[in-house]
Amino acid sequence: MTDRIRINLRQIVNNEERLAPGHRLCAGCAEPTAVRQILHAIEGPVVLSTATGCLEVSTTVYPYTSWRVPWIHSAFENASTTIAGAEAAYKALKRAGKIPEDRQITFVAFGGDGASYDIGLQWISGVLERGHKVIYVCLNNEAYMNTGIQRSGATPRGAHTTTSPAGEVLPGKTQWRKPFTRIMAAHDIPYVAQASPHNYRDLMMKAKKAAAADGPAVLNVLVPCPRGWRHESDQTMAIAKLATDTCYWPLYEVDHGKTIINYKPREKLPVTEWLKAQGRFRHLFRPAYAGLLQEIQAKVDEEWERLLKEEANS
Amino acid sequence: MVTSKYMPLDGANAVSQAMRQIDPDVVAAYPITPQTAVVQNFSQYVADGIVHTEFVAVESEHAAMSACVGASAAGARVMTATSANGLALMWEMLYIASGLRLPIVMTVVNRALSSPLNIHCDHSDSMGARDSGWLQLYAETGQEAYDNTIQAIRIAEHPDLLLPVMSCQDGFITGHGVERVGILPDEAVREFVGEYKAKFSLLDVDNPITMGAWDFTDYYFEHKRQQTEAMNNAMPIVRAVSEEYERLSGRPQPIVDYFGMDDAEYAIVVLSSTAGTSRAVARQLRAQGWKVGVVKPRVFRPFPAQEIIEAIKGCKAVAVLDRAISFGALYGSGPLFTDTCSALYNLGVTGLPIVNYIYGLGGRDTLPSMIESVYRDLRQVAESGDRGAPVRYLGLRE
Repeated sequence: MTDRIRINLRQIVNNEERLAPGHRLCAGCAEPTAVRQILHAIEGPVVLSTATGCLEVSTTVYPYTSWRVPWIHSAFENASTTIAGAEAAYKALKRAGKIPEDRQITFVAFGGDGASYDIGLQWISGVLERGHKVIYVCLNNEAYMNTGIQRSGATPRGAHTTTSPAGEVLPGKTQWRKPFTRIMAAHDIPYVAQASPHNYRDLMMKAKKAAAADGPAVLNVLVPCPRGWRHESDQTMAIAKLATDTCYWPLYEVDHGKTIINYKPREKLPVTEWLKAQGRFRHLFRPAYAGLLQEIQAKVDEEWERLLKEEANS
Repeated sequence: MVTSKYMPLDGANAVSQAMRQIDPDVVAAYPITPQTAVVQNFSQYVADGIVHTEFVAVESEHAAMSACVGASAAGARVMTATSANGLALMWEMLYIASGLRLPIVMTVVNRALSSPLNIHCDHSDSMGARDSGWLQLYAETGQEAYDNTIQAIRIAEHPDLLLPVMSCQDGFITGHGVERVGILPDEAVREFVGEYKAKFSLLDVDNPITMGAWDFTDYYFEHKRQQTEAMNNAMPIVRAVSEEYERLSGRPQPIVDYFGMDDAEYAIVVLSSTAGTSRAVARQLRAQGWKVGVVKPRVFRPFPAQEIIEAIKGCKAVAVLDRAISFGALYGSGPLFTDTCSALYNLGVTGLPIVNYIYGLGGRDTLPSMIESVYRDLRQVAESGDRGAPVRYLGLRE
């Protein structure tokens, strides 16, 4: 079924933007790029929820709104359950004949990595288990950026954040990031994917597949943050691409249990290429942390190998 | 008026019956003792296709209220139920439901909050939520729990109000106590609650709205002012719906229920099931020639100050019974007491001796003999002219 899904740019350029310009997200932030790509890819009406975070506070500064589609924010941890509630209402009202039978609506929740990996994990898990027909999108910039760059479960080992600062004795965050995409896939839902907005065809294809899925779908999208990652705002997409070329952020999907890697770099770059492009890892290049760099490379290699095996076995 | 059919029901089942008849669009709920029976029975109605409801069996009470918020924002008629720690877990979402002006109706089967863990009745759960922007109704009996649930829908959804309503009943005492409950014909309830048409809905994709915007220093205050204005104007709406329901059911639906207050010298102000015990004792004492009375607010939020004060202001002494402590409040008193004292002052009543009794915490039985001791205490206070301890404890070992 999903084989027939195509990205038609000629059609998409004529779409109305569902996220209007004029919002207050930072220059170089990848979040609006990812959101627009996703919303362009989904055909027909959408209803959105957004967790507390950058996207929420920057797009709905009362009395203004950047959303040209129905949108709700209720709290930090529950964008998933809030949209699931709207989807439940949709089912009931359809059953009661109060919504036309042919009215199709795609329900999408956006949450940052803090909202997804940490505070909202239980809520997302519940929504997936109950099989709500919603798309949950994690806009993953690997820390609590809205509150000023604090470490989350998505923050990679060695990253400097304000609550995992690099200091005299600690090299930034001392723990590995949580395998959120795998946790999502372990729910055995129809569709889970990891994506990045620099590869817009891939991300939009995944959004289309998520919308067409016969149940819940999750997209984990890497969204570089110039403020938190300490890079120039015109480097956002280049850095996102480096994440995939180093296999730090593999583009892959788990479609009805089948793992497919969507991008295998011809030449797998060393992870240091990804790390050195960002100020949050600058301290790792002190001689004292040479061993840690090796550990990080080994971890990337191990995860990539595991993914290759998973693809081969599925 | 229509004729009710009488059934042997406990309070929880009475609410499930009301929910069946209301047939809400969405119910999202999580099991917790002693509320469980409410959603358990309702799940069976869903399983049997008796209701059209989308039942969302969530993974926590916070998720229950989160789903209720999403569903209500999507234009659905939404109900849920909880108790104690479940209500506490919802706390964040209670304010969001009222702040978004979502007319969600929730049954609270009152139970003590932890710690220590206790599953039995007191009002610490819903009293903790008394400032959350929800209207609160307190039922004395399973009958009232049934009646309040149906009225709550109309009150919450009133276009001039649009606020969520908590319909409370005492855990186990009312929730698990089987009594004779009059059930209206299904058709009559359906007609009474009518069809809910939300003014704004997320599902109205042709007229997109943004709900729950980022509201900064320049607007938040005004929005809260609007919200409190809605609550301040709620009483006439509650009264109008109650009167309409009274005509339909033939059962009186006072905002505040009075017993013996025409000539009472000593009065007890109390919520929920203990009002029944108090009334029974008052009846006996009146038969012995005592002029005693009972004041039972059925509505606690908005606070019926006028109705309570009018009734008690001529008394020689008054006791307010609280099934919850407002820790750190005046003398460590309870919320019904502090609100009553505040109302007395603001309505210009001075010199009325008033004492507070904390009772029944964690389900401690409140016996007729204890109520009788309260009336005796009141006589003592009035005759001696000495109020004595302002806060006392009923049935406590010290």
